[in-house]
Amino acid sequence: MAITVIAIVKIRNLFAVVMLGSIFSLLAAAMFVVLDAVDVAFTEASVGAGISTVLALGTLALTTDREKKPIHTKLVPLCVVFLTGAALIYGTLDLAPFGSKNAPVHTHVGPTYLAEAQEKTTVPNVVTAVLASYRGYDTLGEVTVIFTAGIGVILLLGNWRRERDSGDDQNA
Amino acid sequence: MFLDYFNYWIVVFLMMAGFYIVIAHDNLIKKIVGLNIFQASVFVLYISFGKITGGTAPIIAEGFSVYSNPLPHVLILTAIVVGVATTALGLALVVRINEAYGTIEDDEIHKADEEED
Amino acid sequence: MRSYLVLRVVSKLLMPFILLFALYVQFHGDFGPGGGFQAGVIFASAFILYALIFGVKDAGAVLPRGILRFGIAMGVLLYAGVGVFNLLVGGNFLDYNVMAKDPTLGQHLGIWLVELGVGLTVASVMVTIFFTFAGHRDRPQ
Repeated sequence: MAITVIAIVKIRNLFAVVMLGSIFSLLAAAMFVVLDAVDVAFTEASVGAGISTVLALGTLALTTDREKKPIHTKLVPLCVVFLTGAALIYGTLDLAPFGSKNAPVHTHVGPTYLAEAQEKTTVPNVVTAVLASYRGYDTLGEVTVIFTAGIGVILLLGNWRRERDSGDDQNA
Repeated sequence: MFLDYFNYWIVVFLMMAGFYIVIAHDNLIKKIVGLNIFQASVFVLYISFGKITGGTAPIIAEGFSVYSNPLPHVLILTAIVVGVATTALGLALVVRINEAYGTIEDDEIHKADEEED
Repeated sequence: MRSYLVLRVVSKLLMPFILLFALYVQFHGDFGPGGGFQAGVIFASAFILYALIFGVKDAGAVLPRGILRFGIAMGVLLYAGVGVFNLLVGGNFLDYNVMAKDPTLGQHLGIWLVELGVGLTVASVMVTIFFTFAGHRDRPQ
């Protein structure tokens, strides 16, 4: 994944950049499978490597194909990035080691959901049960966000099927 | 200790690379791709918090006793879908900006705006 | 794309399987990985494949604008409607325990309906966004 990201930073052909972004999403989905998150892997593979890539390619078809040569120096962004990265790494030193059972995230409601979800909802997939029942209100907000994005794209890019009366007359 | 935290540090590197793409490049489509990379690496970080060594996917089945924590999975599912919604809207905006200004490079758009004033 | 015979034949063969797989993921989201979002995206990708090979106009004849917009709104309405129904019957908003005689059966029914609404909205929105992007070139500049 690191190699893909470095390639995206360097390459200026936008088609290649979009394709590498899709490869990155696919690698992230594989990583999710390794980390036992099968629902998330499913969603990331279909959404990240599928829909995002298709829409970005559509945008490329409607705009240009190459990135222009940069004129600013990249020193200030590099410093900002290094400082932020150093701060984050310093923060991760406080975390529990990777994969341990005693991490704070496992102490609150996680085990309760795992223990009770099947009895209370007769649904073996705990992620679906939590998503639709225990945290159903958040999922309602999420559906509303998708709805808003659809309406926004319709408003921004107009009617997608213009009535081509003159064109149809010429063809007929 | 290095092996314990190596996972987190690699994800921090990916996150910073995505961040660098967003703030350093001028091309709008590349910025949106960088934003996607940033989001995806944040998701990997969260999911790696939820993993328990020796556990399995959080689907209750016969024969398994240790499951990974389902709570981060739920949050990240919502986050992925919201991320694709913002990407779609961002790309639509890029198309409209291209129609209005004729370019998708950030500095040229700024110059056109300043010249109007 | 009209002249690529292999692509046309294969995509026509594949489309029903993709749609069937999307329905499988939707309704088996309770027992395996899956659920509303994944199913919606896969369902939309079948129609996007058709539009990529055969053109947006033909795809627009299969799924006209009106049906898509109806689908977008119906999914959200279904989800919120389940919540309001729970309010009317006597429980809290989105409290599925009151939906049927047995609380666990009510939970299962509520989850099923809610995932259906989510899948419907996600599929319609993805297809609409793609058709909007693809059909945009026809507009006068």
